[in-house]
Amino acid sequence: MPGLMKTSSTRSERLASSGPWKTALTGLARDHTARLAGLGLLLIVLACLMAPFYAAHIAHTDPFSANVAGSIVLDGQEIDLMQPDDNPLHLGLSPIGPTWHTRYLLGADSQGRDIAARLLYGGRNSLLIASSSAALCLALATLIGVAAGFLGGVADAVLSRLMDIMWAVPVYLFAICLSIVTITTGLHLGPLTLEGNSLLVPVMIIALVYVPYAARPIRARVMGLKSAEFVTAARCLGVPRWRIVLLDILPNITDTLVVLGPLVMNMALLTESALSFLSIGVQAPASSWGTMIQDGEGLIYTRPMVAMAPGLAIAAVVLCLNILGDSFRDCLDPRSTSREP
Amino acid sequence: MLRALITRLAQTLLVLFGISAMVFGVFFATPGMDPTARIAGRGASPQVMETIRKEYGFDRSLPIQYAIMMKKLFISRDLASYANRGERVVPEILRAAPVTASLVCGAAFIWVMTSLLAGTLAAATKGRMVDRIIMALGMVGISIPVFWLGEVMNMLTQSRYHDRWWFAWVPPPGYVPLTQNPWGWFLSLVIPWCVLALAFTGIYSRVLRGDLIALSHEDFIRTARAKGLSPTRIMLRHSLRMALIGYTALFGMDFAQLVGGGALMTEVVFGLPGVGHLTYQALSNMDLPLIMATVMYSATFVVIANTLVDALHMALDPRIRPNR
Repeated sequence: MPGLMKTSSTRSERLASSGPWKTALTGLARDHTARLAGLGLLLIVLACLMAPFYAAHIAHTDPFSANVAGSIVLDGQEIDLMQPDDNPLHLGLSPIGPTWHTRYLLGADSQGRDIAARLLYGGRNSLLIASSSAALCLALATLIGVAAGFLGGVADAVLSRLMDIMWAVPVYLFAICLSIVTITTGLHLGPLTLEGNSLLVPVMIIALVYVPYAARPIRARVMGLKSAEFVTAARCLGVPRWRIVLLDILPNITDTLVVLGPLVMNMALLTESALSFLSIGVQAPASSWGTMIQDGEGLIYTRPMVAMAPGLAIAAVVLCLNILGDSFRDCLDPRSTSREP
Repeated sequence: MLRALITRLAQTLLVLFGISAMVFGVFFATPGMDPTARIAGRGASPQVMETIRKEYGFDRSLPIQYAIMMKKLFISRDLASYANRGERVVPEILRAAPVTASLVCGAAFIWVMTSLLAGTLAAATKGRMVDRIIMALGMVGISIPVFWLGEVMNMLTQSRYHDRWWFAWVPPPGYVPLTQNPWGWFLSLVIPWCVLALAFTGIYSRVLRGDLIALSHEDFIRTARAKGLSPTRIMLRHSLRMALIGYTALFGMDFAQLVGGGALMTEVVFGLPGVGHLTYQALSNMDLPLIMATVMYSATFVVIANTLVDALHMALDPRIRPNR
């Protein structure tokens, strides 16, 4: 009998302490829309990872070199990639539109490059920048939020004011200011030297401008935890403060981070595309969905697909992340009502 | 109350000082770049460089440079743009401000009206088809990048469907001043208004719905229901009124950010010469005086709006007034 008692009690303990990741995943399993969104996101990521394969074996093109003089064979006919404009007012050439064949599936851009292949390559950069800047942003925000919330006093006052100041500048203006300075001069911070065209530049800038957004809820959470009974108990036992932060505070703010993750990644993706659209984000020869929209801007009246495709890709990823974020919040935040029946 | 206001004012000034110092630091104290050369432009003669260095005090210490900049911006107001020589910065901003104000006010009107309607309707039909459709549309609206939507709308209204009656009325992109031609002003802004308002409509209806539903568990709503009030009356007179407190706070923040230049992407895509557009131009030309001025302008807006929102909050909600 004692043995039976013991197993049942450990099982209930395990149930009670299922972590935020598990809770979020359980919620995902129950929520059909969220599952679909997760699947969609996974497919997009996989497709982008397959970019080199697609370019080499399906589209048979090099999406990074201009191919203005090239031609392709469609239904037995040879067609130039650059065609005379059908609009009599424009004297010039416009690239071929969507062929809906494996080669130039979505048409070519102004330099005769395959849009479909570039879309996959651009997605790699866009998703990489969005996810790594979200991770960096959350790491910085956790550092600041925990420091401000746990230390309190002067540290809290200084850090909170700093966050207020950063948040008072419209996010896009702030990001644009930082981008222009770093892209023209590069970044030289002590041992860290970055060229202006490094992908790390937009990552760091986007991470930085969203730190106040993420740091506030983390700070609030930490302040709540600081007065929780188990933290008081640990302090009374004489546990050092760094141990309390590491073992009691950090594990308990994971749920806040899980909820913030998709939101921050969303904003990072949108900001990256906006910066790249203004040609101060990802720099050539690298490309992202934002730079592709910028490439398509000049062709928007004749070949809208050049700008449509990357825009739709951005919207699809953001939509999936929003749905996932909502689902996580519903599972983890008991006060959330975004999808209460 | 007075004491709270004074503390608040001091905080506001502190934040403004912090922002100006931050922007100044980013543009004038970045290691490895000489602001004199930036301002003078390429191939400037040594004499010009010398004049600039004297005028802005670049040969002196950083705090003095900062003080000179602030004096030229706020007190003597003779800070001149360097991209367009001799153009004063302050009047330039004052000329751009009405454009942004027109854009943002119209868009705000659209998104407030639509989201109040959609949010309340969704909360009232919670869990049913109408609610699901509204929420799904809101989600899609949030997910579309605003500059891309602007490009697509430009394509549809200016070229693809411009010969059809439903888009034939759209004038070419650009701004028509209200005082010159009110009807032209209206027509030129309809599409930008809708594009800018879309994402905000999505956010606000979702937030409003969430707040209304959260409130339905509150005691005072239960009391109202127990008194036998009709659901419509409870929704409009009790829940909505309470939910509007959070809604106004959100609105104040977003509105201030947009008026302060946050509508930059919409302005750039539609060629509206507003504050955001001006800032963007200033940044592309590295027109330091103009950058300094526009960023200060937008920060001032945001900070003042925050203070106003807090004051409004205290007026609307007695619970958060400071205790006497």
